[in-house]
Amino acid sequence: MNSMVEMQNVIHRYSKNTIIDKVNLSIQSGEIFGLLGPSGAGKTTLVKLIAGILKPTEGTISLKGTALRHLAQMKNYGFMAQSDALYQELTAWENLDFFASIYNLSRKRRKERIRDVLEMVDLSSFKDQPVETFSGGMKRRLSLAAALVHEPELIILDEPTVGIDPVLRRSIWEELYELKEKGVTIIVTTHVMDEAEKCDRLALIKSGKVIALDTPQKLKEKVNVTSMEEVFLHYGGETK
Amino acid sequence: MNTFHVMKRILIQFKRDKRSVALMVVAPLLVLSLMWMVLDHDDSKLELGAVDVPETMLEQLSSDTLDIETLSSSKAEGKLEEGTLDAVLYFENKEMSLLLEGSNPNAAGAIQKELQSLREDQQNMVDVEYYHGSEDLGLFDYVGPVLIGFFVFFFVFIVGGVSFLRERTQGTLERLLATPIRRSEIVFGYLAGFGLFTIVQSLIIALFSIYILEVFMDGNFLYVLIVTILLALAALSLGTLVSAFAKNEFQMIQFIPIIIVPQVFFSGLFPTEGLGTWVQIIGDIMPLTHGAEAMRGIMLRDASFADIQWEIYILLGFTALFTTLNIFALKKHRRL
Repeated sequence: MNSMVEMQNVIHRYSKNTIIDKVNLSIQSGEIFGLLGPSGAGKTTLVKLIAGILKPTEGTISLKGTALRHLAQMKNYGFMAQSDALYQELTAWENLDFFASIYNLSRKRRKERIRDVLEMVDLSSFKDQPVETFSGGMKRRLSLAAALVHEPELIILDEPTVGIDPVLRRSIWEELYELKEKGVTIIVTTHVMDEAEKCDRLALIKSGKVIALDTPQKLKEKVNVTSMEEVFLHYGGETK
Repeated sequence: MNTFHVMKRILIQFKRDKRSVALMVVAPLLVLSLMWMVLDHDDSKLELGAVDVPETMLEQLSSDTLDIETLSSSKAEGKLEEGTLDAVLYFENKEMSLLLEGSNPNAAGAIQKELQSLREDQQNMVDVEYYHGSEDLGLFDYVGPVLIGFFVFFFVFIVGGVSFLRERTQGTLERLLATPIRRSEIVFGYLAGFGLFTIVQSLIIALFSIYILEVFMDGNFLYVLIVTILLALAALSLGTLVSAFAKNEFQMIQFIPIIIVPQVFFSGLFPTEGLGTWVQIIGDIMPLTHGAEAMRGIMLRDASFADIQWEIYILLGFTALFTTLNIFALKKHRRL
């Protein structure tokens, strides 16, 4: 497998605080890569660095073997932020159409893709409703659709299932597995343990450092426990 | 190309957000109408009391602006106390004296002027003609051009600044910056979207003021429109720029007393010609000063394009400066 994202000795400081401390990561293409950690651990900063929104203070980040330096590289991925970044006054369709148009999709292609992703997140019948009338779960699903509309090879999801009921959470994960089948690389942050187990590989993040990295199965075997929760307590429990 | 998409999105948002549209169009019309009601009335009659003034003199004094009442000295003082008389004219020992009520400088000034002109009377009448304006030029005609500019500036500043701020607080700016859009495309998209909207807004406000409120208008309507739109663009670029320094809508409102109110003082509502150079320099660094100057030039003095070209270049310069700074300010959110 080829590497999709490479991070080498990445340090990110905000004023004097070190948010990300010497992170080395290699994310393979086609895998679901999880970033697990408590809130404030630096997960969001890490994905923003990968997305090229933030610039690392030190170290290098490359996407498909090329350093993140050009705007055009941003076409390769779709980003779903922690908050629902949607235009409240616009309808679901108009939101997607706006984001799709920035990726220069032709009018015809745009229409097809919007129809596809709305179908995928089960919002087709609400396409002409303004977003402000949506429930929290519907907004999350629309945000996911917006991240997928331009068929990126890599999608970066920051806490995609936060505040979502179990049924919807399962349906979002089904979408992610389906995307993985199609060869899409997925980076997902979470602080929910059982969700972390669904990832192919998992990095445990604490205080801006990667404290463990492996498949969920091996992580559990290594410390000889049965749940991710115990793994996490084993590596990061000192402060508790 | 992305500039166009951002513009299109802003126009759709306008279509949905009827209240903000109303704020930018109806509110200026409403406030202008109220100002017109207050400032453009025919002067009410001045109430003058006369004590022991001979009949012949009273006849000489009578005019449409004076309402003269003959009464006794004590009664006159009582009425002054109540405030129902503006002044009392006494005639004692063949000498006239005037006692002014005094709490309203406008009324006091008007009465003195009235009596003065009567004394000078017809014999040394000077033939008066107006080079600019006309005999009927009222206070509203003088401040009208400034007010048109001011209201466009004020409402575009607020609505533009807040909508750019909301883009940040609702997370869509960050989301947008995770796409291959250029920072400049976002800023220009805003200018274009609001620009198109302000053409309509300026047109409505200017037409309303000139043809319905009948503000004195001696110049080219097209120039009025150009200056108003340029003022609106300067306001938009300034509003979006300062929104970068606000954390929320409330902090955005806090910029009104700092950025908007001082501009009113220097916009020509109050004369600034006699002030010190450094005071005038403060006025010169304010967009509204130049916009208002151009507006008055066009509407009151029929200024040609050559007369107002510098004001136009300065307004364009302000817009260019604020826009450039804004594109740089966005670097805070994404380095590219």
